[in-house]
Amino acid sequence: MQKIIQDIESRYSVSEKEIRRNNLCFLTIPKNQAISLVTYLRDYQGYSAFTLLTAVDWIEEGHFQLTYLLNNPTNYTEIGVRTMIERDHATMESAHHLWESMQTYQRELKEMFGIDFPGSPRVDEDFILEGWTDIPPYRRDFDTKKYAEETYFPRPGRETNDPAEYMKSKLFPND
Amino acid sequence: MEKENKNIPLVKTKTFINPENEKRSVTAPDGSIIEIDPIKDYFCQDRPKEYKVRSGAVEKFLNWARAESLWVLGFGTGCGSIEIPPLVTPRFDMYRYGVQMRPTPRQSNVFIISGYLSVKTLKRAIRSYEQMPSPKYIIALGSCTINGGMYWDSYNTINRLDHYMPVDVYIAGCMPRPEALLAGFAKLKELIKAGKAEKANEYVRNLDWYKANQKKIIKDWNMPDYNW
Amino acid sequence: MDYSITKFLWTLLGLFIVLNWGMLMSSTMRRIGARVSGRFGIPWYQPWIDLTKLYSLKSQVSHGAMFFLGPVFRLMGGVGIFLFLPIIYGSDHWSNYSFSGDLILILYFQFFGMLGMALGAGEGGHPHSAIGISRGLSQFTTIEVPMTLAVISLAIQYQTLSISDIVAAQQGGFTTWTLWTNPLATAAGMLSLLGAFGHSPFNLVKAPNEIPIGPPTEYHGVFLGVLRTNGAILHVAEAALFMNLFFGGATNWVELIVKTFLIYFWSVFVGTVFPRFRIEQSVRWFLKVPTIIGIIAIIIFL
Repeated sequence: MQKIIQDIESRYSVSEKEIRRNNLCFLTIPKNQAISLVTYLRDYQGYSAFTLLTAVDWIEEGHFQLTYLLNNPTNYTEIGVRTMIERDHATMESAHHLWESMQTYQRELKEMFGIDFPGSPRVDEDFILEGWTDIPPYRRDFDTKKYAEETYFPRPGRETNDPAEYMKSKLFPND
Repeated sequence: MEKENKNIPLVKTKTFINPENEKRSVTAPDGSIIEIDPIKDYFCQDRPKEYKVRSGAVEKFLNWARAESLWVLGFGTGCGSIEIPPLVTPRFDMYRYGVQMRPTPRQSNVFIISGYLSVKTLKRAIRSYEQMPSPKYIIALGSCTINGGMYWDSYNTINRLDHYMPVDVYIAGCMPRPEALLAGFAKLKELIKAGKAEKANEYVRNLDWYKANQKKIIKDWNMPDYNW
Repeated sequence: MDYSITKFLWTLLGLFIVLNWGMLMSSTMRRIGARVSGRFGIPWYQPWIDLTKLYSLKSQVSHGAMFFLGPVFRLMGGVGIFLFLPIIYGSDHWSNYSFSGDLILILYFQFFGMLGMALGAGEGGHPHSAIGISRGLSQFTTIEVPMTLAVISLAIQYQTLSISDIVAAQQGGFTTWTLWTNPLATAAGMLSLLGAFGHSPFNLVKAPNEIPIGPPTEYHGVFLGVLRTNGAILHVAEAALFMNLFFGGATNWVELIVKTFLIYFWSVFVGTVFPRFRIEQSVRWFLKVPTIIGIIAIIIFL
């Protein structure tokens, strides 16, 4: 693992590395090098299995964090390639030519976060939210609760308890 | 925060209509060009009618037959769909009570909404429900169908099923066990035999209200108003 | 042949008995199947309730005239086999409208219902219907091969095409049945019967879980009721046909009931043991062993 990381560091500008276990690490690199690194890992380091592509909304910093999680089936190690992209007009280079399943992940991210992947097949088609007109629902400035209450006829009289507080009051009423 | 929001483009994805259902012009065999709009031309646009409720002994006898022969549509949504297969296993064996599974909506009477319904699934559920011949019944399984359950504040799952489809029997729980489902069938039989399970007619009477509710959340309504 | 009103009424009564026996038999077989998998299964009277409910449903959709005619044609196939089949040997009332060439006619009627169903279900327009029909027609074509070979073998053996004459030749005890005098034709016939009854491994026309219900996907209410009525009649009529050809016929209703039950049970027995074939496996299977047995059965009697 250390060897591969050193190898990557010599070729790419890794800004941050996080080694979770001896078979899992996350590397953060600039946006324009990410696909290149993923291709390098796939073709030269044996990380041929694409596990997932996901995004995290860092609204305070104005970033989306994309994570490409790759798996090496021969020595059972995983590398997550992280990259930060601008939150406004978020676009990312498409990687559908590397794995076909990437298309579906990119289509989902387009729908859920509004991250565009130009050139990815069927990326503009509806995936789960058919005919969605609001801002993409996984962005953190989307108020899910307010939207649900306005849209879906909440049943009146519904009580909600904080699970921790409720269990405490039930189990230890004297404390 | 507000300022940032204005910069974000509203990502309106292109509505994907099945190519078979798009408006197009076709050259007829005699050479003339005709315009077809499949949704209008191929599907029936009529409003549904209420089925006639007979009176007296005939209706009682038919109600008994309907109650003892419940054909369930094999349509699973949410977590509850995993509670239905045990019903046909030796432990619960719902065939004893005249409950059978049917694979097509045309042949079934009972629709089990087995858990949360996302908007996408609701569209399919409505289509399937409207294709079933009357009299038809809906069993709503789990608290998701009653008040949203644990998905009550989700952006994509409905809260109250009875605003979109008429429900005969609710089974509360998260998830109810198969025994509860059998009890629900027993309750449904009781209602049918007493002549109280005529929600299919109610759906027809209040069709406009149901359709308004449905169209409020199903934004890309690319199907006929009533799916025959 | 007798064309009087009384004869017609007797035939109708026979049809009624056969219908009810068919429904009881199908529920019994489903109970047996349920016991094999450790369940209790449907109550024995369930088919009657289902039928009542189906006939009480009002149809709301139409797919055109042929869609209505499909179940009618299918029912014609079942009733047609019954009409020309001497159901009880030696009885004036129950020999129906059998005549000297009825065997050929019945072979035609077996295909008639299938073709009518194909036209009607095709009009329904559901893709599963089309898949089911194409499977059904190709499978039934291959089922007909060993069945026809067995029938030709019988025709050569008994020098007749009348079912009544074939039954008459088998009277006189257990050992004079075709089962013993022509075992190869019996084997070919009974193997093709497995396909004709459509139980597993040859249930790929209706194939539950796969092409959910096949041809009748769009049929509901009264149409499905007619199809179910036909199913009950057809099962007894076909079992009675094989009983007449291979197992000495029946001289009274009790004998008919026992023999048709056992013949039907043969297909259910195989069905509960074996999983479903794919269509190309099924077609190949019928064209191999049963066809070869049928050809040998003919060669022996030439």
